[in-house]
Amino acid sequence: MKIAIQTNDFDVSAELAQLRIKHRDVGALASFVGTVREVTKGVNDAEVTQMELEHYPGMTEKSLTAIAQQAIERWKLNDAVIIHRVGVLQVTEQIVLVIAASKHRGDAFAACEFMMDYLKTDAPFWKKETTATGAHWVDARSSDVSALDKWTR
Amino acid sequence: MKINLRFFASLREQLGISDEIVSVPAEVKTVGQVRAWLIERGGIWAESLALSRNLRAAVRHEMCDDTAEIADGDEVAFFPPVTGG
Repeated sequence: MKIAIQTNDFDVSAELAQLRIKHRDVGALASFVGTVREVTKGVNDAEVTQMELEHYPGMTEKSLTAIAQQAIERWKLNDAVIIHRVGVLQVTEQIVLVIAASKHRGDAFAACEFMMDYLKTDAPFWKKETTATGAHWVDARSSDVSALDKWTR
Repeated sequence: MKINLRFFASLREQLGISDEIVSVPAEVKTVGQVRAWLIERGGIWAESLALSRNLRAAVRHEMCDDTAEIADGDEVAFFPPVTGG
């Protein structure tokens, strides 16, 4: 398992390659990359010029590790990677990478989505977007909470 | 008992502080009771931590609800719903 919280960018190809080399019986790597969008719904579709990510050192690592561990156990994954950036990011930059490595694609796809859904509701990060009217904290969405239903049915 | 309070994001900005070590009275035993005790300070504390405000909490670096019990030396954090990813 690889969990990282960092300011610098990550290389998706390198992370995928490391998993392939490490696990010779992995047949499926499902990955998700979250990026900084230019338009924010929160401020009347205003244009975002930059985003700042705050987190809770000490709890963040613990939270992401627990999420990855749950995914590994539930889908019997060979491995999981979660890398989340913090600090100031510009539009189009990468924010988060989640990878699930498994023998088969069904487990890899499901585990990847599971990890993202739980990261959105449980991992202690907070986004602040800068627009023409200043910096505004992003509001959590109820749709993120409802997304968890599919994993508990 | 002594606990270490932590505040994050918009809540930290509203309160104007990121952390504070406090001695809570003996009858304050849960996270919910800590919040109520802080609200009693009045002013910005009552406004920012009002029960009508949707806030989350963590004890010892784990997300919890109001009923979570606190122990001497614990780190208790309050923050808005998370928005990572």
